[in-house]
Amino acid sequence: MKYDVILAGVGGQGILTIAYLLDNAAINRGFRFKQAEVHGMAQRGGAVYSHMRISDREIISDLIPEGHADMVLSVEPLEVHRYLYMLADNGVVVSSVAPVVNIPDYPERDVVVNALYSLPRPVALDAGAIATEAGVPKAENMAMAGAATAFMPFDLSDYGPIVEKLFGKKGPEMVAANMKVLENGYRVGRFTRLLLEAGLPGTVACRALAMVRPDSLDEARVPQVKALLQGPRVAAAFDRPREGLITLDELVAELS
Amino acid sequence: MDVREILLGDEAVALGALHAGISGAFGYPGTPSTEMFEYVEAHAEKWGVIARWSANEKVAYEEALGMSFAGKRSIVSMKHVGLNVAADAFVNSGVTGVHGGLVLMVADDPGMHSSQNEQDSRFYAKFAGVPCYEPRNQQECYDMVREAFDLSEKLELPVVMRMVTRLAHSRADVLLGEPRPQNKLDPVTDPTHFTLLPGVARKRWAKVAAMQPEIIADSEASRFNTLELEGRDTKIGIIANGVASNYVREIWDGQVPYAMLSIRRYPLPMALIKKLVDAVDVVYVFEEGYPLIEEAITGINGIGKPLHARADGTVPRTGELTPAIAKQVFGIQPSGGVKSTLENVPGRPPKLCQGCSHADTYNLIRETLKDYPVKRAFADIGCYTLGFYEPFNGVHSCVDMGASITMAKGASAAGLFPVVATIGDSTFMHSGMTGLVGAARDNANMTLFILDNSTVAMTGTQLTMATGDALYNVVKGLGVPEDHIKIITPLPRKHEENMAVVKAEIEHNGLSVIIARRVCIQAARKARG
Repeated sequence: MKYDVILAGVGGQGILTIAYLLDNAAINRGFRFKQAEVHGMAQRGGAVYSHMRISDREIISDLIPEGHADMVLSVEPLEVHRYLYMLADNGVVVSSVAPVVNIPDYPERDVVVNALYSLPRPVALDAGAIATEAGVPKAENMAMAGAATAFMPFDLSDYGPIVEKLFGKKGPEMVAANMKVLENGYRVGRFTRLLLEAGLPGTVACRALAMVRPDSLDEARVPQVKALLQGPRVAAAFDRPREGLITLDELVAELS
Repeated sequence: MDVREILLGDEAVALGALHAGISGAFGYPGTPSTEMFEYVEAHAEKWGVIARWSANEKVAYEEALGMSFAGKRSIVSMKHVGLNVAADAFVNSGVTGVHGGLVLMVADDPGMHSSQNEQDSRFYAKFAGVPCYEPRNQQECYDMVREAFDLSEKLELPVVMRMVTRLAHSRADVLLGEPRPQNKLDPVTDPTHFTLLPGVARKRWAKVAAMQPEIIADSEASRFNTLELEGRDTKIGIIANGVASNYVREIWDGQVPYAMLSIRRYPLPMALIKKLVDAVDVVYVFEEGYPLIEEAITGINGIGKPLHARADGTVPRTGELTPAIAKQVFGIQPSGGVKSTLENVPGRPPKLCQGCSHADTYNLIRETLKDYPVKRAFADIGCYTLGFYEPFNGVHSCVDMGASITMAKGASAAGLFPVVATIGDSTFMHSGMTGLVGAARDNANMTLFILDNSTVAMTGTQLTMATGDALYNVVKGLGVPEDHIKIITPLPRKHEENMAVVKAEIEHNGLSVIIARRVCIQAARKARG
């Protein structure tokens, strides 16, 4: 087993905390890991990345070879595109949809989000909404880690003691809130993965999940949802203007 | 049971040093070396060791050497360009030798992720005639530094640990050994040992020169110089150093089919190199850093068989090595990669933080210089170099620590006006003071901004040597006339009153120092917790 991840984001988005979580999960499971990161000048609001490698045997290089990453995990949707050359043919991209616009030539948001959706295996996450709903708006990175977990050799239960270590000082509420963010991120990641594996195009899966409350996702309903998302009512549902998210039940009702 | 810990390469060196029984760590912050010192600092109390940042790398090296003089073990850390600052002390310590073990951890930055050049510290080790270790993974960081201390005391010489960014800033789990106690106080008794009067120095230098065969033999026999020849295809022979060995091994998932020599201990093991070269048809040198191995073996007549390395363009002449470059060198086709549907992915360079005091200061400078036909500002090493970018365009030079003041003085002497220089509080205490003494003596017609944000910001908000009143007193003490030392608070709402000060001081025919005093917002945030 080996799992190689490029972690990406903008300086200050907390990608090193994601790395900390995954590193510790790996070591607690008895895996070997290496995780190379960028410090210094680049951390000042610039593009930052980390190479994270997990394996059940010796890892030789700290850097992932080009074209071999199993995942690009990005806390920012434009940053994804900086590292696609690192991704393996069957690699997955897990990204937040919230742009960080701190450069003058940032493309239109829709262009960036659509470019994410049109990748071969995309998982799109409204990490900000997930984190805000749990009362910890800054925990976008935890939502991302949760979504990534749906593809990695870990379970959510691996994170309990690590989150305790990270946030225990700030009280049990903070620990619980961060765990909830991880869980809701995981639900989106897991549901998207199952839809993709069932053969649904990434664009459809991502657009559908962008409408649905993460805590309403029930993976037992993947076959039904997949079939409905290939049905005649999808276009209308996608085009309908809405305020806020709907539940999976409501989506199913609309598509049926 | 095995004890494992997750450590950055830098931290593995630090813990190895603590387990080797150091009594102190010295250094000046610099990416990618900073985390070595910070790890020791965070655990100093537990281990009963001294860990205090020094004013600059030369100071740090000399403090470490003093601890060695007293018989105790010490480690000193810096980035590659920091060793230029410490070079006087370092090279001379190769002649004096050491007493208690002394290890210099110097972290190079191939590819210049956060540096002004990509100089290769292995040349410094060779220059000083001292041994050098070059780990290729975090475990070797830990193991090598422990061995390096023993070697340092055995040879009575300082020993270099050469790190590179990719290892310094990469984490892995490390298997730990048993800690060794600290040395007892045992100062040098021979008055000639550290006294480099010419007559003494000649004897010391002859002694070190005479030791070279022993040092080389040690290196030839080191477990860190590994020649794999048996059962390998000898059509090709590969020589790789440190982390570059990893990129080669990665191509074949650890099972390199060709003869290979991995070098991680210096002086160069020339006998091992010769053994490999003699056995193979074609030699590749895959070297992270400058072509040290390549040049050492090429000589005037070459090696009598094809040699592929940096000089012939097989390996790029500059920049950091990667697994992809290794593949390319050995003719392996790249695979994978997904195409982006975005036409253009704009770059995202680092920038000053939202609310940074430097932004306000650069706005003042930009607005003042607007009225002059020639707009030139000399800057220095730190976050404020980011004032180079839009909208400030307030940086025309960034060369080395302290060069803002001295270059400004030189340009002023050439007749340039106005002359503006910017330097941070920590860089000022590192190497700016000496330049300012000269500028004050000559009353150079220039305006120096000391951006006092009370911290070493770029490297992660380490403690600065002097800030606030202490910094003001230093400036005054260096001879700058008091009526031309101004303190401003760089805030948007104080812009107009600050402009009046800046304009007047730039027009003043002589030296002015404007201290722009406001704490770094990152440091303030950290202090709040």
